[in-house]
Amino acid sequence: MGKIIWNRQLSKDFFLMKAEEKNNAEMGQFYMLRAWDKFPVLSRPISIFDRDEESVVFLYKAIGEGTERFTKLKEGDEITLEGPHGNTFPKIEGRIALVGGGVGIAPFYLTAKTLKEYNPGSVVDVYLGFSDTALLEKEYKEVADEVHINVGGYIIEDIDPNRYDYVLTCGPMIMMRLLYQKCKDTRAGIYVSMENRLACGVGACLVCTCKTSGGNKKVCKDGPVFPGEEVFGIE
Amino acid sequence: MSNTKVDFAGVAFKNPVVLASGTCGFGREFGGIFDIEKLGGISSKGLTLCARDGNEGIRIWETPSGIMNSVGMENPGVHSFAEQDLEWINSLNLVNIVNVGGHCCEDYLEAVEYLNQFLVDFIELNISCPNVKSGGMNFGIKTEVAREIVREVRKLCKHRLTIKLSPNAEDIVSLAEMCEAEGADGISMVNTFLALAIDIKKKKPVFNNVYAGLSGPAIKPVALRMVNQVAKRVRIPIMGMGGIASWMDAIEFIMAGATVIQVGTASFIKPDMGLAIAEGIRNYMESNKIYDLKEIRGII
Repeated sequence: MGKIIWNRQLSKDFFLMKAEEKNNAEMGQFYMLRAWDKFPVLSRPISIFDRDEESVVFLYKAIGEGTERFTKLKEGDEITLEGPHGNTFPKIEGRIALVGGGVGIAPFYLTAKTLKEYNPGSVVDVYLGFSDTALLEKEYKEVADEVHINVGGYIIEDIDPNRYDYVLTCGPMIMMRLLYQKCKDTRAGIYVSMENRLACGVGACLVCTCKTSGGNKKVCKDGPVFPGEEVFGIE
Repeated sequence: MSNTKVDFAGVAFKNPVVLASGTCGFGREFGGIFDIEKLGGISSKGLTLCARDGNEGIRIWETPSGIMNSVGMENPGVHSFAEQDLEWINSLNLVNIVNVGGHCCEDYLEAVEYLNQFLVDFIELNISCPNVKSGGMNFGIKTEVAREIVREVRKLCKHRLTIKLSPNAEDIVSLAEMCEAEGADGISMVNTFLALAIDIKKKKPVFNNVYAGLSGPAIKPVALRMVNQVAKRVRIPIMGMGGIASWMDAIEFIMAGATVIQVGTASFIKPDMGLAIAEGIRNYMESNKIYDLKEIRGII
């Protein structure tokens, strides 16, 4: 159980929320969050936007009963955090593009920060796609070399994969699939972060199974990050 | 001093709380989060003779007070289970219940026969699987169809056998009576309720299989009634389940006639909910001066 430090509305349905939580979380991981007793039954899987040793920041979109409840949380309110769960983005270096669509931009703040810390010589560019309102441009600029923003269009049209050694992406399946296709015959290696529906969050219930070239994988435990060809190379 | 220990068909459970099949894998995942050896037992992910990939499409859908699932028995098959997981499960201080399903009689029998050679406390026979030979209707709907499978498995199975009943059965009391008559050692009840969710934007069912299994607190009062009805008619013990999400729910199931209770969906509310329930049962016993759970079992 942690306490909310702050919870800020960024746009009509996007929110940034900081909670107390001692952690050693890494880029690409997520927490199962709940701020209620038994109903709704399931906790909500939310990506880590940023962290320090004592707290975690989450970017979330209010899209249903659970996330709507998160929007009501105020400083000092209690929240249950189970995690951090899942694997992480790989520690890579070179020229790297981080491509997020909608709430899929969430993991790339900490990812950009971590990859720049890992090798300050790496080039880390962030591509953010939004349907109506651009968010957090200033924050991403603090941690990335270039920040490209696309509102109302297709962010993947703005990327030239040949400029990069790696592309990491998170967002709608259709966006990640098209980006995989765009990258597959280039030198850029692509990793995708899957957003399947989860229940237990720890690999016990198999409701989040994802078909991969290596057989069925659990998005919550084996993922959420997979090499792009494992997921989309078999389609 | 209260004692939470219960005897179920000759097997001692240190407390009556078991993690339900399909919600806890083979125990490893939750074992990393809390001390699962403080529970009474664990029922494995449902196993079939051969590995199964499970269903395509959405597998989980939340409802008011519950969830619907359509995992489709994704599992590694009994052989892989025996090679990779059984030894580990048996190293734990837990009653080891191995849940077995199938899609035709031969599959059930071969899986059960294979498991005869291993150390297992109970086979929990899931008869809620679609029966390929009878057009997909599940084995557990009609008593006489279920009888065949229970009889054949009983003949072959060297382990203690508990039959997991479907609440979708035409007559769950007659189904339970049949299981007892055919030599089952216990009854596990109830599995999920067949349910439907529709995506009104797409004008299609949410699940590729159209219908899916409803579990969670939403089904608790109905499951409790069914346990009570069966408990009044059979002498073999019952593992009661269906929406148990608190120690109070567990006590209700025991009062309704269950000897052991299983916790499933509630582990998604809180991974160590089973532990909280076991502790709650003990506290309830102590504050009510109950020495043994048999003092309140089946009092309703």
